[in-house]
Amino acid sequence: MASFREIQRKIGAVKKTKQITKAMNMVASAKLRGAQDRIERFKPYAEKYYEILSDLSARVDPGIHPLLEQRDEVKSVGIILVTSDKGLCGAFNSNLINTCTKLAKEKADQGKEIKLFCVGKKCYDFFRRRKFNILEAYPEVMGSFDFQLANDIGTKVINSYLEQEMDEVQLVYGEFYSMVKQVPRTSQVLPVVQAEDTGEGPQSEYLFEPSVEGLLAEILPRYIKVQVYRGLLDTSCSEHAARMTAMDNATRNCDEMVEKLTLAYNKARQAAITSELMDIVGGAEALR
Amino acid sequence: MANLIKLEIVTPDRNLMSEDVEYVGAPGVSGEFGVLHNHTPFLTALSIGSLFYKKEGRKYYVFVSGGFTEVTPTKVSILAEVAEKAEEISLERARKARERAEQRLQQEKEQIDYARAKSAMARAMYRLKCRDEAVSAGTCSM
Repeated sequence: MASFREIQRKIGAVKKTKQITKAMNMVASAKLRGAQDRIERFKPYAEKYYEILSDLSARVDPGIHPLLEQRDEVKSVGIILVTSDKGLCGAFNSNLINTCTKLAKEKADQGKEIKLFCVGKKCYDFFRRRKFNILEAYPEVMGSFDFQLANDIGTKVINSYLEQEMDEVQLVYGEFYSMVKQVPRTSQVLPVVQAEDTGEGPQSEYLFEPSVEGLLAEILPRYIKVQVYRGLLDTSCSEHAARMTAMDNATRNCDEMVEKLTLAYNKARQAAITSELMDIVGGAEALR
Repeated sequence: MANLIKLEIVTPDRNLMSEDVEYVGAPGVSGEFGVLHNHTPFLTALSIGSLFYKKEGRKYYVFVSGGFTEVTPTKVSILAEVAEKAEEISLERARKARERAEQRLQQEKEQIDYARAKSAMARAMYRLKCRDEAVSAGTCSM
């Protein structure tokens, strides 16, 4: 049986770990609130974009703009993967990375070349050690980012798409459903998916300035950035939620461990007392 | 008062405003345009510039960059990457940005960076202009 002192030291250590996990849980929950706020504020903007873009693109022929047009031959596929910078959030990042590698494998089996955009340190660390073609990496950005980051990524992606470096672009991010549910999600960024034709035709009669085509050329690249930003916000929100859950579990495990160790400690103490008593009684007996 | 039109300005980070106003004047890509109540539905991209609206006879200014507008008879929605009310604009930052852009414009030869410096320049200029106009309209203190 482990000695007295050893058990005592272990209890102390576990208690300290518990303090840390508890603190991390609280930090994550504060950050989560902030991230959720940002999503809420961004929603009206994103929805409006989607609405207007669907309306516009329903009016035109996809061939009209290179970002809408489906290319005949898809030789290479770009994947934008968004993960967190830090770990300690359960299986969140590995789920995302798994989804991404699965997608990459699937595409590679079809004879397509894979090109990666890694956002967040975790996926960059993972993929740079493996044989993947990383076009661009953005490590250490998830701590604090704004629309500018989505802008940068979007511009890079659009440029290399237009230069025929990629014929299709997918975005993999952690979608935030609720506190307990975050799901890796894949969505196609390029070519821009056109809204299903509802058969009703354009909803509203607008005047367009300069023209439908000119307007599309303005709005399409921005729409892509909006999508990227959405992915960034969702991932950061999911990350904090996942960390909260992970840290909550860790705290609970610590409690359990302390309980078990205390029991062991008390048993050890009892045993020591009993054996001491036995000694005394034995000694007294011998003197008689 | 009757004949008001709702003006909504949204950016990725916040809803800047949502108010009933009398008139909106915005910098479209093909020239400035004005919107009153009952305007015909209209969709256009915005250039960098200052937008103004009239409310209770006073003119208020907002700086906008990178956005577009959807006009319906009762509502004007502005979606911009950046939008700042005149009183939020930091004069000092805008001035510094202008200086930086000026320096870059003199140095840069390469096309892409030149274009970037140019648009940075335009943003700084219009921020200052927007602020100036607001001050002279009396809706923003120095």
